[in-house]
Amino acid sequence: MTPERLRRTMIFLNTQRAALVKDAFVYQPDCVIFDLEDAVAQREKDAARIQLYHTLKDLDYQGIERWVRINALDSDLFQEDIRAAVAGGAEGIRLPKTETAEDVQMVADLVDQAEVAFNRPVGTTMVMAALESPLAILNAYEIATSSPRLMGIALSAGDYTRTMHAKRTVKGLELFGARSQLLLAARAAGVMAFDTVYTDTDDPQGFIDEVKMIRDLGFDGKSCISPKQIGITHDIFTPDPKEVLHAQHVIQAVQANEAKGVGVLTVDGKMVDIAWVEGAKRTLKLAKAAGSYRGDLV
Amino acid sequence: MKNVLGRDIPAEFLTAGREVFQGQYYRDGYTYTKHAPRVNAQVKPGKDKLLPDIEAVVRATGLQDGMTISFHHHLRDGDYIVNMVMKVIHELGIKDLTVCASSLGKAHDYLVPCIEDGTVTNISTSGIRDEIGEAVSAGKLKNPAIIRSHGGRARAIEDGTVKIDVAFIGAATSDPYGNASGKGGKADTGVLSYMAGDAQYADKVVIITDTLVSSPNFPASIEGVDVDYVVQVDAIGDPHKIATGALRLTSDTRELLMAKNAAKCMYYSGFFKDGFSFQTGAGGPSLATTIFLKEFMDQANVKCGWAMGGITEPIVDLFKAGYIHNLLDDQAFDLASVASAHTDPKHFEISASQYANPFNKGAFVNQLDFVILGALEVDVDFNVNVVQGSNGLLQGAPGGHPDTAAGATVTIIVAPLIRSRIATVRTAVTSVTTPGESIDIVVTDYGVAVNPKRTDLLAAFKDTNIPLKSIETLRDLAYEYAGEPKDIEFEDQVVALVEYRDGTFIDAIKKPKWLN
Repeated sequence: MTPERLRRTMIFLNTQRAALVKDAFVYQPDCVIFDLEDAVAQREKDAARIQLYHTLKDLDYQGIERWVRINALDSDLFQEDIRAAVAGGAEGIRLPKTETAEDVQMVADLVDQAEVAFNRPVGTTMVMAALESPLAILNAYEIATSSPRLMGIALSAGDYTRTMHAKRTVKGLELFGARSQLLLAARAAGVMAFDTVYTDTDDPQGFIDEVKMIRDLGFDGKSCISPKQIGITHDIFTPDPKEVLHAQHVIQAVQANEAKGVGVLTVDGKMVDIAWVEGAKRTLKLAKAAGSYRGDLV
Repeated sequence: MKNVLGRDIPAEFLTAGREVFQGQYYRDGYTYTKHAPRVNAQVKPGKDKLLPDIEAVVRATGLQDGMTISFHHHLRDGDYIVNMVMKVIHELGIKDLTVCASSLGKAHDYLVPCIEDGTVTNISTSGIRDEIGEAVSAGKLKNPAIIRSHGGRARAIEDGTVKIDVAFIGAATSDPYGNASGKGGKADTGVLSYMAGDAQYADKVVIITDTLVSSPNFPASIEGVDVDYVVQVDAIGDPHKIATGALRLTSDTRELLMAKNAAKCMYYSGFFKDGFSFQTGAGGPSLATTIFLKEFMDQANVKCGWAMGGITEPIVDLFKAGYIHNLLDDQAFDLASVASAHTDPKHFEISASQYANPFNKGAFVNQLDFVILGALEVDVDFNVNVVQGSNGLLQGAPGGHPDTAAGATVTIIVAPLIRSRIATVRTAVTSVTTPGESIDIVVTDYGVAVNPKRTDLLAAFKDTNIPLKSIETLRDLAYEYAGEPKDIEFEDQVVALVEYRDGTFIDAIKKPKWLN
C-alpha cells in the first residue's frame, strides 16, 4: 500500500537548475517532480543526477512529496537515475513512456536492489507510471495493477497526441478517450490518476477550464509546469463551504445512525447511505488541505 | 555614544542639541519654535519676477559660499534642474554649499565633480545611490551626508535644523508671478509635494519652468506670494524618465506569493475594516499587493477610505473602480497617477509635512492603518535597512519608510529572504534606517514573521494559513542557503549620518575599507 495523501499538484522542476530546485517548496505544491528526462540536456545528465542526489539529501522540502522523473527505459541512463533517486531518499520514481506492466516491474526490481544497496527501508519507494502512447492507454489496467509500489498512473499528452495523429486543442476533446480509459483503469486498480500538463502558462483561463474539467472527471491532480498553476489548481480542488458543510453532516449523520443500525437516512434534504461517507471524507480532506476545514472528522 | 539600538554615534556629531536615537516616540509633545524665513517684501507693483536665465537668477538670489540650496525629486530620473543649476554655480565658483534635496539619483551625477572640488561640502537627502552614493561612501564629501526621510526633511526645514537660503523649484507650469504647479506643461509631475515647505521656509524661492502660462496658474502647488524669481528654460526634464508608462504588474510567481501573503496579513489583522487606510510602495511585491487587496476587499465587503503615498496606476485603478474613496498624493510614480492628480476631485495633493512630518500637529502617517514597505536588510530585532547595501555602499533611500512605519497601525515589510546569494534577514543590519519597534510583520518567500510584541496580530493569524515562522528561523534559513555574511570592514571616517525622523541620529555610516 502506498501512503495515502493529497496529490493535487505535481510540479516538474528542471533538476539542472540549482536556483529552481533549492527552494521550490515555497510554492507549496503537494508534490515536486525533479526531472532528469526531457528538461535536462543530454550532456548534462550526470551533473543533473549529482545535483538531484544532493538536493534530496540536503534540502528540507518541508513535507512536500519528492518524485524523480527518470530517463526512459530505452536509454542507458535510467538505472543510475534510479540508484541516485533511491540513495537520496526520494519518495517516488516517475517512469516515463510506460507501455506495459513489465516496464513497471523492471523498474520496481531495480528499486528493490537500490533500496538494499543504500540501506533504505525495502518497499518504501513508490513508483508512478506515465502513459504516453495508445498502447500504454490500452494496457492501463495491467500497468495500474503491476506492482504494490505503484501509487498512480499519469497521462502525458505530448507523445500521446502525436502518436494518435491528433491535434492538441484547448478544449482537449482529443484526450477524452485517454483520460477516461486511464481513469477507469486507475479506479478499478485502486491507484491514483493524474492529468497531463497544460503547456500555455500565459493562458490562465484555459488552464482553469481544464483543471475544472479534470476535477469533475475524477482525476486526483494535475501535473504542473509553472508555480503559477499551483494556487489555481488548489483553489479549484478546494470544495466550496456548502460542500464542506454537507460532507460534515453526512459523516456525522451516518456515524450517529450506525449504532442504531440505520443504513439509509436523509441529510440536508438528500437521501444518503454509508457509501456516501467515502466521498464526504475526500471532500473534507481537500478542504482541510486548503485550510477551510479544521475539524477532526478526517 | 551608543543609541538605544546600540549603534555608535561619534560624540563630535552630537553638538547643538543633537541627540542619539532614543525610541520612535521619544519626542512626542516636543515644543519648539518654527524657523521663519527672511523675506524681501515686494510692495511696489509692476516689478517683473521673470529673469532671463539660470545665471541671472543665481546672481539675483545673492547666493554665496557656505549657503544652503534645495531641490526636489519629482522629476525623478528625468530631472534636468539639479545639473542645470549646479553647472552655473560651479562655473561661478561658489563654494562650500549645502545641497538639501528631497532625494538624489542617477539624474544628478553632476554633483560628483561638485563634491570633489568643494563646491558642495554638505548634502542632505533621502535617496543616495549610483555615482553620488559611491562618491559619498568613499568619503569624498567634506562632511558626512545627512540621510533624511521625507517626513524628517519637512521637520528639519520647519524646526530650523536646515535653513534653506535658496530653493530651486522645477515646476511643470508657472505663471510669471510664480504660481507654480506640477500639472500640465512638457514635464508633468502631477504634484510638487516635497517643495511646499521649501517655498514657505526658504529665504529665496526660484521657480524654474519650461512652460510659462498666463496668470493665475491655479490651483497652484507653490503660490506666487512665496516666490522671488521665475525663470523659463527649454526643458526642465525628460518626460520619458519622469514617470514610467504603465508600471508592469509583476508576473514573478515568488513576488506574487509574497504579495498575497502581505494582503492576507492585512485581511486577517483585525484592522481590515470599512474605511481603512493604507500605503504601498512601487516595488514589485508592494504593487502586486493591490491586486490581492481587491479580492480581499470583495471578500470582506469593505472599501478603503484613503490610500496615500507615491501613487501608482494599480492604486488609481482601484480608486476609479470605487474601491478607494480618496487618494492622498505626495508623488506620482507613473503616467496614470500624474493624469489623475488634481483631475479627479478626490485625488488630493498633500505636502511632505502633511504626509509625514513628526513635528507638526499630526501628519497623515499617524492615521495609516497599513503600510507595505520593502527592505534591503531586516535583522532579528526587526530593524530595517533601506539605505546601505550589504557591501557597505550607500545605495538606497529611506523615503517615507521610517515615517509610515512609525505611524501605521500595521507595518508590513515584504522582501525576499535571499537576494543574489545575500541574506536579507540577518542577525544585524548593516545600518538601521527604521527601528524594529516600528515593524510589525516581515513577509518573505519562505514565511512570515510577526514581531513578538504584536501579540494581537499573532493571535489574529493563529488559525489562518499564513505561513508563520519566527524571525530567527527565517534568519537561520537564509544563512543555511546563503551562508552567514561576513562583517564588512570599515574605516573610522563617518561618511553619512542616518537621521531619524525626529532629528536624532539612528546610525552613523562609515567608509568601507574595500573602497580604498
